Amino acid sequence: MTWLLALILLPLAGALVVAGLRSNDRLATTVALAVSLVELALIVPFWLAYDPAGERIQQASSMEWIPTFGIHISFGTDGISLIMIAVIALLVPIIIGTLNSTGKLPEGRSAGGFLSLVLVQEALTIAVFAATDVFLFYVLFEIMLIPMYFLIGGYGGANRQYAAVKFFLYSFLGGLIMLASAIGAYSLASDELGQGTFDWATLVEVVRDAPASTQIWLFLGFFLAFAIKAPLVPFHTWLPDAAGQAPIGVTVLLVGVLDKVGTFGFLRYCLPMFPEASERLAPLVLVLAVAGVIYGSVLAAGQQDMKRFVAYVSIAHFGFIALGIFAFTPQSVVGSATYMLNHSLATGMLIIVVGIIAARGGSTRISDYGGMAKVTPILGGMLLIAGLSTLSLPGTNSFISEFLVLLGSFDTRPVYAIIATVGMVLAAAYVLWLYQRIMTGPVRGDALVGAVEDPAARSASVVGGGGRRVGGPGTAVAPEVGEKKAIRDLSVKEIAVLAPLVVLIVGLGFYPKPVLDTVTPSVEATLTAVQER
Amino acid sequence: MNVFLAQQADRIDVPAIDYAAILPMLIILGAACIGVLFEAFLPKHQRWPGQVVLTLLAIAAAGVALGAYVGDSPARGVTTLSGTLSIDKPALFLWGTLLALALGAVLLIADRSIEPGGAFVAQAGIAPGTVQDRAQVGSTGMQTEVFPLALFALGGMMAFCSANDLLTMFIALEVLSLPLYLMCGLARRRRLLSQEAAVKYFLLGAFASAFFLYGLALLYGYAGSVKLADIANATAGTDRSDTLLFAGLGLLMVGLLFKGSVGPFHTWTPDVYQGAPTPVTAFMAACTKVAAFGGMLRVLAVAFESTSWEWRGVLWGVAIISMVIGAVLGLTQTDVKRMIAYSSIAHAGFLLVGTMALTEDGLSGTLFYLLAYGFTTLAAFGVISLVRDSSGEATHLSAWAGLAKRSPLLAAVFTFLLLALAGIPLTSGFVGKFVVFSAALSDGMAPLVVIALVFSAVAAFFYLRVVVLMYFSEPAPDGPTVSVPGAFTTAAITLGVAVTLLLGVLPAFALNWAGAGGFALS
Repeated sequence: MTWLLALILLPLAGALVVAGLRSNDRLATTVALAVSLVELALIVPFWLAYDPAGERIQQASSMEWIPTFGIHISFGTDGISLIMIAVIALLVPIIIGTLNSTGKLPEGRSAGGFLSLVLVQEALTIAVFAATDVFLFYVLFEIMLIPMYFLIGGYGGANRQYAAVKFFLYSFLGGLIMLASAIGAYSLASDELGQGTFDWATLVEVVRDAPASTQIWLFLGFFLAFAIKAPLVPFHTWLPDAAGQAPIGVTVLLVGVLDKVGTFGFLRYCLPMFPEASERLAPLVLVLAVAGVIYGSVLAAGQQDMKRFVAYVSIAHFGFIALGIFAFTPQSVVGSATYMLNHSLATGMLIIVVGIIAARGGSTRISDYGGMAKVTPILGGMLLIAGLSTLSLPGTNSFISEFLVLLGSFDTRPVYAIIATVGMVLAAAYVLWLYQRIMTGPVRGDALVGAVEDPAARSASVVGGGGRRVGGPGTAVAPEVGEKKAIRDLSVKEIAVLAPLVVLIVGLGFYPKPVLDTVTPSVEATLTAVQER
Repeated sequence: MNVFLAQQADRIDVPAIDYAAILPMLIILGAACIGVLFEAFLPKHQRWPGQVVLTLLAIAAAGVALGAYVGDSPARGVTTLSGTLSIDKPALFLWGTLLALALGAVLLIADRSIEPGGAFVAQAGIAPGTVQDRAQVGSTGMQTEVFPLALFALGGMMAFCSANDLLTMFIALEVLSLPLYLMCGLARRRRLLSQEAAVKYFLLGAFASAFFLYGLALLYGYAGSVKLADIANATAGTDRSDTLLFAGLGLLMVGLLFKGSVGPFHTWTPDVYQGAPTPVTAFMAACTKVAAFGGMLRVLAVAFESTSWEWRGVLWGVAIISMVIGAVLGLTQTDVKRMIAYSSIAHAGFLLVGTMALTEDGLSGTLFYLLAYGFTTLAAFGVISLVRDSSGEATHLSAWAGLAKRSPLLAAVFTFLLLALAGIPLTSGFVGKFVVFSAALSDGMAPLVVIALVFSAVAAFFYLRVVVLMYFSEPAPDGPTVSVPGAFTTAAITLGVAVTLLLGVLPAFALNWAGAGGFALS
């Protein structure tokens, strides 16, 4: 058994155990946390076993599944999937660790059920990144929707049913179209080789020599599925709903990891299998990518809801990633591949911090907050770190990636690169504006006001007469405040849970070499396939 | 007369009969006859146990006979009874599927624990609303003739799948249809709805039979024979009238498409599925579909392969219409049984895609799809029969709200079945869609496959709606109760769910069976 298989099977086994502990929330949380930490520990030997200079696909394992169609259950990893698997394993314990800080589960729902679904989701997502059989990839791509559907629909906000169904149907439709293309590739292979196969490496060899018209049709099938998944404008409309309604931990998984399957798919499937179609349709994809950057940025600035804000920020960032991939230069693709990791870290942290703010303040509306940094300076600092990484400040992890994307794409596609640069400027604007509205200025919002003022004095003043209500927006809602619990800053435990993210954000900002070294050979192999043609 | 016999006596050849090959069918039809005798001669209290044992034994014996024959059956198949029946590999596969599905359906029919006295009324002839009808409500008597009727229908279906000429096919069609018309009217609750379903099914079914017969006559006029192989020979390069051929084929197909509840010939399906007793609905939905598509596969592959360019365009249209009707109208349904009925119309469209492919892969894919779909839908109706309120089954969707809280196991099972109907991977429904669509794709029907995939996604919406309702909605205060199923229903649902899972995870063995060989072309 390879480390990879252990990584896939462990969370599944853990999920079974946790599901059995539904009656005891504390114990279930502890066990789930333990499982996810062991999973994270397994990443170390897994990463060490990977040799960047070695084979294209490493730690491969394969067994027959449906011999009639040449379908295998085969897994393996390259540098790109390696870093994605690592980031999932990192984010899941953080999600579990901040579960109580980021809002309560709905009435009557047990933590055991929630956490077992999260662990199943972890296993399936790792398996998707590791699948090296196209059919298996498709199967996991669709199966992955089911736990996410129940996570959003069962544990989300008021409009969760709508969001869950919309999420499922978008992805399911995309997946089905991809299935048509996969079958098309399969029949090409069976014409060519006499016997059909879904093995990724074999299909790449066969399909990349196919005539351009065939390639374009097959490419479009895969592309549509991935463009829905890593939402490119105009296929993005499900994301703000899903991310806005899902509980915080699930939003982290969804935006941080699941959506990367889309950009990963561009790299693993679209480019190597359909090099000619990729090249011909690149202008189209680049237009969508740049449109996504600008559109996501502008809409992010206009959002009233913090979770929807993060969703639109991500749409902008996915635009950057797609731009880098379809610019076809080594720098830009390496930039995109590392951006996938860095976006997970930055956005993951941003969502968790936003979730903590929302859980403490009891609202996700930005306008319900103000001057929060005075009350909770550490939380403010965390939001600033996550925000600065999101806007790609030099010295944070995202900067390297975004810089590489723009640098690389400027060589071949200067116009798109210049337009996308505008997105960088906009990012600074919307992130800082968000920070300014929530953290600086006069203290506003009922929960916050309650924290600074002396509750007893204020309730006395209300009894004394309503005339003093002109003091500020916050005091207008003062009467109930006295009974509210004062808002707390981050506890030591919460700081400890977020610390790894801070360390990585700053650390990778100054020393990105380990990640770059891991990714570069895989990217080069992908690009040779495109350019060899 | 005597003179005539004397003249002909030395010239009559007794046709050779391959008893081993047709033994399964003989067992079923023979047991059906014995069942009728049971009705006549057994005392009332012994009929139900007698019939249940006889029916289950007959199906098991037929299964054993089939299993014994399959092992050493000739690869090209045999024709027997002077060429009227063709027992080839697809026919054997269909027989096996029919027997297994019928076993599940009979288990549902036999259950008397959910509804006191069983799902069937004692005297179906009594007009609803009369004094006698009200008196009947209290009784727990049951029409045990439903068992021989089911066996006759099953025998007819088996004959239909293996019929090698159109006349035999027509007779088999009637043998399978007439008992079904009767069985639809036997529901214990909601008598009026049940009788309406029976009448509607009968009238429309009679129409469809007439179409079939008219088509048969025209084809006889065209080819001078009703044998499928002769029609195939006649179509190969002759100067006969194309009008006769295509008018005949068209009318014939109307009859077949009606039985398979393919849109736009589907209008009976929702009403009959809703009105018929749920075990009978399960039987019809699973077995009739297998028989109808089995017949369609044979007719198209054996008799009309050489003219496929002419008719395929029309069937494209029919398949698309069926998928659109099933998926779109399914969205608007508020009754679970009607919803599954529309789902079956959508599935008929998908099946037709595979049926048209006329390749080895198309044949094996469609056969596999039939097997997979049959078990899933059988188990789904089994589950539906468990959710009840004071007036019988609570089939209105609003009654299913929050069911997961009250009965998590049932909700989980039903969710799994709905996901299988939607075609989510790791269920048999997905593998079925995959094999059918890949066959169609490699036979040059890419646009149709894309349309089919889009409508799969549309149809997924209404399955998901039920999942949403069961899991994410608050239960209604006066909601239905979930009956604890008796051994028979439990067995049927378990069978359906187990096969759905098995064929989803390890489909290789069933794909091999389905791909064992093609139709015998003589």
